[in-house]
Amino acid sequence: MMRLPRLRYVAPRTIREAAAALADAGPEGALLAGGTDLLPNMKRRQQVPRILIGLRGVQGLRVRELGEAARLGAGLTLSEMLRDAALCAAYPGLRRAVASISTPPLRNMGTLGGNLCLDTRCNYYNQSLEWRKAIDFCLKKDGTICWVAPASPRCWAVSSSDMAPLMVALGARVTLQSAQGERELAAEALYVDDGIAYLSRRPDEVLTDVVLPPHAGLRCTYLKLRRRGAFDFPVLSVAAALRLDGDHGDAPVREARLVLGAVGSHPVLAAEAGALLVGRPLSEEAIREAAEAAARLAKPLDNTDYALGWRKRMAGPLIAAALRELRGDGPPPHGELARAGVRGRPSGAC
Amino acid sequence: MSRGPLQVIGQSLRRVDGRAKVTGQTRFADDLALPRMLHMRLLRSSVPHARIVDIDTSAAERAPGVKLVLTGAAFPIPFGILPVSQDEHALCTDRVRFVGDPVAAVVATDEWAAEEALGLIRVTYEPLPTIADPEEALAHPEPRIHSYGEEGNIHKRVAFDFGDVEAGFAAAEQVFEDLFYYAGSTHLPLEQHATLATLDPDGKLVVYSCTQTPHYLHRALARVLQLPAAHIRVVATPNGGGFGGKSDPFNHEIVCARAAMLLGRPVKICLSREEVFYCHRGRHPVLMRLRTGVRRDGTITAMELHTLLDGGAYGSYGVASTFYTGALQTVTYRVPAYRFRGCRVFTNKPPCGPKRGHGTPQPRFAQEVQLDKIAEALGLCPAELRLRQLMPPHALTANWLRVGTIGLAECIRKVVEGSGFRERHRRLPRGRGLGLACSAYLCGAGLPIYWNDMPHSGVQLRLDRSGEVVAFCGATEIGQGSDHVLAACIAEVLGLMPHEVRVVTGDTALGPVDLGSYSSRVTLMMGHAAIAAAERARTLVAEGAAARLGVPAGRLVFAGGRVFDAEEPQRGLSFAEAVAAAEARHGTLGTVGSYWPPPAAGRYKGAGVGPSPAYSYSAAVVEVEVDVDTGWVRVVRVHIAHDIGRCINPVLARGQVEGSVYMALGEALMEEQAFRRLPSRLSAALVHKQPSMLEYKSPTCLEMPEVVTYLVEQPEPAGPFGAKEVGQGPLLPIPPAVANAVYDAVGVRIDELPITPDKVLRALQERARNPRRGRVGPESFPHIEWPRVVRVPTPGEAGEAAAMPSPGAEVRP
Repeated sequence: MMRLPRLRYVAPRTIREAAAALADAGPEGALLAGGTDLLPNMKRRQQVPRILIGLRGVQGLRVRELGEAARLGAGLTLSEMLRDAALCAAYPGLRRAVASISTPPLRNMGTLGGNLCLDTRCNYYNQSLEWRKAIDFCLKKDGTICWVAPASPRCWAVSSSDMAPLMVALGARVTLQSAQGERELAAEALYVDDGIAYLSRRPDEVLTDVVLPPHAGLRCTYLKLRRRGAFDFPVLSVAAALRLDGDHGDAPVREARLVLGAVGSHPVLAAEAGALLVGRPLSEEAIREAAEAAARLAKPLDNTDYALGWRKRMAGPLIAAALRELRGDGPPPHGELARAGVRGRPSGAC
Repeated sequence: MSRGPLQVIGQSLRRVDGRAKVTGQTRFADDLALPRMLHMRLLRSSVPHARIVDIDTSAAERAPGVKLVLTGAAFPIPFGILPVSQDEHALCTDRVRFVGDPVAAVVATDEWAAEEALGLIRVTYEPLPTIADPEEALAHPEPRIHSYGEEGNIHKRVAFDFGDVEAGFAAAEQVFEDLFYYAGSTHLPLEQHATLATLDPDGKLVVYSCTQTPHYLHRALARVLQLPAAHIRVVATPNGGGFGGKSDPFNHEIVCARAAMLLGRPVKICLSREEVFYCHRGRHPVLMRLRTGVRRDGTITAMELHTLLDGGAYGSYGVASTFYTGALQTVTYRVPAYRFRGCRVFTNKPPCGPKRGHGTPQPRFAQEVQLDKIAEALGLCPAELRLRQLMPPHALTANWLRVGTIGLAECIRKVVEGSGFRERHRRLPRGRGLGLACSAYLCGAGLPIYWNDMPHSGVQLRLDRSGEVVAFCGATEIGQGSDHVLAACIAEVLGLMPHEVRVVTGDTALGPVDLGSYSSRVTLMMGHAAIAAAERARTLVAEGAAARLGVPAGRLVFAGGRVFDAEEPQRGLSFAEAVAAAEARHGTLGTVGSYWPPPAAGRYKGAGVGPSPAYSYSAAVVEVEVDVDTGWVRVVRVHIAHDIGRCINPVLARGQVEGSVYMALGEALMEEQAFRRLPSRLSAALVHKQPSMLEYKSPTCLEMPEVVTYLVEQPEPAGPFGAKEVGQGPLLPIPPAVANAVYDAVGVRIDELPITPDKVLRALQERARNPRRGRVGPESFPHIEWPRVVRVPTPGEAGEAAAMPSPGAEVRP
């Protein structure tokens, strides 16, 4: 069995204590939420914090308020969110995205905050210490070169969170607390286009909660391309959130946010594609134009599952499928989108 | 003695090891713990090919908790599963041949300390150029990965002509030639390999290991450790899945045993999942060229098959695998003349070996896809094309394999009717399709791994006045249900239920030799031995009961846990009373049974691979949906029929069929042992691309379609109660049926596995540009210098009767 490196475990009871412990630990500290990503990474020595600050016992991280909008504590497990029928009904895209994450046992452990802060992933990085030694390591950890783009000065590890594109599409806001105080920022601003420094969260900050926009009139969905109906991280995902000027699917679009996941080191907001839709009904023409505009932003590299060229080609059809679904066409046909429990047997509860 | 209708055989009874498994009480190797037990980890090579210049273990030896550090110096004697490929050392001595080759071992008080100490070992390597694939191996004879083999990096070449192949092609009205490629895949058992070695109170070695072949491990340990075999006991723990991946003796087993001997303490190792990928011995990637001559009605006149196997870094079963890629092409359809050329090369990757179907799924894929092309080109129904030229039963093939019963026609009828194939094939809307394919497999290899004339399986029974029957056998339960088969065969003969028979298996100290759970041999060979032992026991018990009851022994019936007079059924004894009567009459009761397979019919050099006491047959129709915009393939339903001869236990048989379908779909659609080189100006690395269960993509239950299973029962005289194998054969028809279904759905040929959406889409794009095209597959087969051809007249040419009675197996008391 692979073993964790030696570490010290700190169990704060309040957010303030957690922030203080994090500040004290400095660069040697890391927050432990569900541990479904961090602990395997530590066993492979991708991350080797010497002090883990466990969030399990911290009060105030499991808020769940649903009114016109919703406020969700970062410590909610993914399963808890799925079991909340009112929340899932209010934000069907959220339900889809959460249900697509890994497997039921891992959703029982994994948290909203953990998934939002998920480490970026790469075929050259998510490997054991011995494997990485065999390639002489990479830029993201212990090495000097990015093997997927050797001429590049930066790391191209992939943002693989399912929550991140969805929250960016929704225009959600996140709260970060540190020993110095508290700040709130747009979910979009939480992410940075860099495989190593992929979060704007300062090392001493704790992500405490997420505020979603009002759900009345909101149409949102999440489609995820991956090999299998469970376990897999996305190789491409589309989060879309729309508001129409009217109740019917053929009403003109008032507001549209399209976000691509797993095509770069951060969730990519396709602002131009969203703007193309505003003021127009979701006609096939409008959908095609928006899909083309958004798909141009998909510049995947060969560091996830599946052939690179195919992943890139799938962006357009996946975006179009998401928009058609929001128009009211019903769930997309199988080939167009794969397997997020969209078709066939959905994975897990809810 | 009278024998009524079968009481146990054919019943879907709960398997004898079922309770322990579902209640979590089965003790797998890693569940074992002994007092004062130490833990071992292996340091594996981080370079793909190099000379070992120096290994400095001094720092590791001083590390806290470390009890022992071993290197290749402790293991001068090589081993390997085949006598002709003794090319492995428990720890590498002077050379590493792939990333993952073990070079040192640390034994410490806990796993953590062992792992930390591994990091303190300094290995100095002198790198050597690497060979990544067969084309490179053929193009670069130097540096040689091994100094043995044929030449350069060619491990093995074989060349056969059975009959007048050129005349066969001359008689053809059309010749089809295609290239195919079948990617390598690994077994992916849920249980990672684990071994616990200890010394018994007499100081003799005991090794508990999740091996499919305790007998062969026993031999390897005796050889490498230079111990008398009688001073070694190997206990095969229940395997949490094997599929061929635990059939070789492994480095970690030998090192663990040595460590326990040196330290006088129990030592355990449990491999990480990544290490299991490096142990591998999985499906060989095989490039194939297949030429088939046919008459206008589809009758095959001759066949020529060339195979090129990527063997990885060691021999393993590779020589046998090479023969197997050509051995079984002849047992399904009449092939009057057959040419086979096979070549296996060494590469700097984990060694390939036997995986479910061992060497035969690859050429079967080629043959069945090509038949689909032939049927289309000739305007024939694919089912008809096959049905009209099935191999006749009880006959010899062109390469001298003696087939027994053949239920393939019935299999084809079942899946064709069940799926509506005749009405729906070529008639479904674009994007939906049906594909048909057939196959055959061995029921046990006719020859053992090492030459000997002893039985292949032995069973010993002990009975006493308690009424308990204990069966001892070297066979290994790897999840396939062999313990149940053993109990069921004995129970049937003695009129008991399977759970009334205690089975003690996989322990070289307690049971007679059985060669192991490979080549689908256990049900047939162990079954015969079990029946023989049980029949002898029944005779003894009947004699005792007859004297006690005053009834002629010949009138006694064994059923329902009683022994009674057939003419006056109330007159009888309980089974325990009957055994007591026999024990009083004969003394302590024990019987044995042994099984030898019949001799092979072929007498040519190389005739040893392919013969089997019987062959199982399968047919499948797979239905798919293919999305033309993305290339996404979804398997909707699988109809599969398997000629099992006779079911010992239908629930277990269906489980094997469904498991085979599942594994086959993984190979057909997604699985691939992929390797990665980095830009050569920057790095010489050659690594497994995804040695993890997350990124090596194998289907989940969500990908599993509906499977409709038909078990075709035509009892096989050579099988126990007429039974044939079911563990491997049903895998074989699935990959070609998927490929044929994709063609039926969208008109493109994917001649290489796995059939991934990008390949389908690429073929669709090509077809959109040119409707006569639309194929993804290999484009060329490299030139290979073949050795002198072994020319063998077919049985017909040699004057053998086309149909001849089987000589039958030898079952001796």
